[in-house]
Amino acid sequence: MGWFKRLREGIQTTTEEKKEVPDGLWHKCIECSHTSTTKELIENFWCCSQCNHHFRIDSNTYFDIIFDKKPKLLFEHLEPIDMLGFVDLKPYKQRLLDTQKKTGLKDALSVGIGKVNDNTLIVACMDFKFIGGSMGSVVGEKIALAIDLAIKKKYPLLIISKTGGARMMESAFSLMQMAKTSAKLSQLGKAGLPYFSLMTDPTTGGVTASFAMLGDVNLAEPKALIGFAGPRVIKETIKRDLPEGFQTSEFLLEAGFLDVIVKRKDLKDTLSNLILFFKN
Amino acid sequence: MSNAQVFLEFEKPIEVLFEQLDKIKEVGKEGEIDISKSIIDIEDKIHKKRLEIYKNLTGWQRVQISRHPERPYTLYYVSKMCRQFQELHGDRYFKDDKAIVGGLAKLDDQTVMFIGHQKGTNTKMRQYRNFGMPNPEGYRKALRLMKLAEKFNIPVVTLIDTPGAYPGIEAEERGQAEAIARNLLEMAQLKVPILCYIIGEGASGGAIGIGLGDRVFMLENTWYSVISPESCSSILWHSWDYKEQAAEALKLTADHMYKFGLIDGVVPEPLGGAHHNPEETAKTLKAHIKKNLAELMKLSVDKRIKIRIDKYSAMGKTK
Ligand SMILES: [Zn+2]
Repeated sequence: MGWFKRLREGIQTTTEEKKEVPDGLWHKCIECSHTSTTKELIENFWCCSQCNHHFRIDSNTYFDIIFDKKPKLLFEHLEPIDMLGFVDLKPYKQRLLDTQKKTGLKDALSVGIGKVNDNTLIVACMDFKFIGGSMGSVVGEKIALAIDLAIKKKYPLLIISKTGGARMMESAFSLMQMAKTSAKLSQLGKAGLPYFSLMTDPTTGGVTASFAMLGDVNLAEPKALIGFAGPRVIKETIKRDLPEGFQTSEFLLEAGFLDVIVKRKDLKDTLSNLILFFKN
Repeated sequence: MSNAQVFLEFEKPIEVLFEQLDKIKEVGKEGEIDISKSIIDIEDKIHKKRLEIYKNLTGWQRVQISRHPERPYTLYYVSKMCRQFQELHGDRYFKDDKAIVGGLAKLDDQTVMFIGHQKGTNTKMRQYRNFGMPNPEGYRKALRLMKLAEKFNIPVVTLIDTPGAYPGIEAEERGQAEAIARNLLEMAQLKVPILCYIIGEGASGGAIGIGLGDRVFMLENTWYSVISPESCSSILWHSWDYKEQAAEALKLTADHMYKFGLIDGVVPEPLGGAHHNPEETAKTLKAHIKKNLAELMKLSVDKRIKIRIDKYSAMGKTK
């Protein structure tokens, strides 16, 4: 299979510094402590071979898993700015520079276009390592542009969420991205184009309460944390422990908010099947 | 004009003057000294002090005013602005949420669908209203009423005042995130005009869940932000003690929001805040709603929806 070769090439070349999981030969599973080599993990779609724990991966790795070939990256010119002059323990401006340097990313979402088993798909994918995958103006604008392109070219859209929610340092600008992305999705829907939402660990806050929950098909990776409020906030509010498995993908499926839980190894084929169903 | 009895901490100098006023009135009761001039003097001082304090309010002070226990809420405004109001209950799926109210009213001759957060006015009612924190069924009731309004070509006005959507186990089970997201999607395409007013607290997803509209306005002493100053302090400063700094950093006041182009205007409040003269505030609000509805109703449906979506599409700043 071509994807494996490309993944390895990717890792050995440009994407190396962008890896979500720590570098080095051995990776310990946080669920079962099983150790795997990088090679084993790549072969297993960054899932633990013992317990199937899905490691957190970045947008590049998702693109490698989903697309037949390296996708064309879009809207890469967009960069965040500090509109508010926000300073907490660190100025936002500095936080952005540091994070950009550390991650090699400009912001928390990348958009790629390419073929999935020969079907064209636009994929917008969040990067958790960029300030917790938080949604600011750049995330909203890239999604808006991706939707415009999808409408213009009549392509389906996939958004992969991996986020703590809104970006506080952009305050109401961040909040308005909920309205912006949802409003743009309403246009995509009116144009009759399918939108697939994949929720991965974690998907919380304003992202869940906007585009993540609005898929024509809502998908999630196994055992991902998905919710509106974070578990800590809920615990502090209700002052009791949370039930076992609360806010996991499996919990959301039972509650009726997901169409399907998909293992990462099945993701590509699931997507290409869905694209074909909606092409009818 | 009613004088609010609950003073906020930054209103301490006014409270002191009121205490002086009370003392003089006590002396006056004994009837030996003419106190009328002293009373006028102190009342004048109170007015000047209030002007001085309210001229330069900080973000945190506005947050405090927005939470004043005597501040008017949705049902007060609707009852003052409209001749008749028929509240409509329930989301038709699960239950009737008490933190969001809605119904039909006549604003002079125009039927309007009012939807708003509702807080309680005493301890018991505050609990009954869940402190203005809706569960998913609140947002679903709101959507049901908006679709009803759309069916009969009735404009929608939302009044926003919430410390946030409720973060609870059942809220998550019933899809708090989905309920808010669905409202945003549907409100973007709603065929009737939507006017939104922040009348108190505009906390994040809980506020915007009924807050996407053709025009969005904030009352002068309200706030709108992605997070409350307290939670922001807790997360970014790792302590609850930086709420004042957080309130400044978030730039959450009506003035800031208007300057950033994220809202369409600021509705003035009486000196001392809306609770100082609720009737006057309701009158101002009514005139404001009427003017804006009249303008919005002149547009064709397609044009209005296009302008609405274009407005939100332009929000956000990038390099
Ligand atoms: Zn494992």
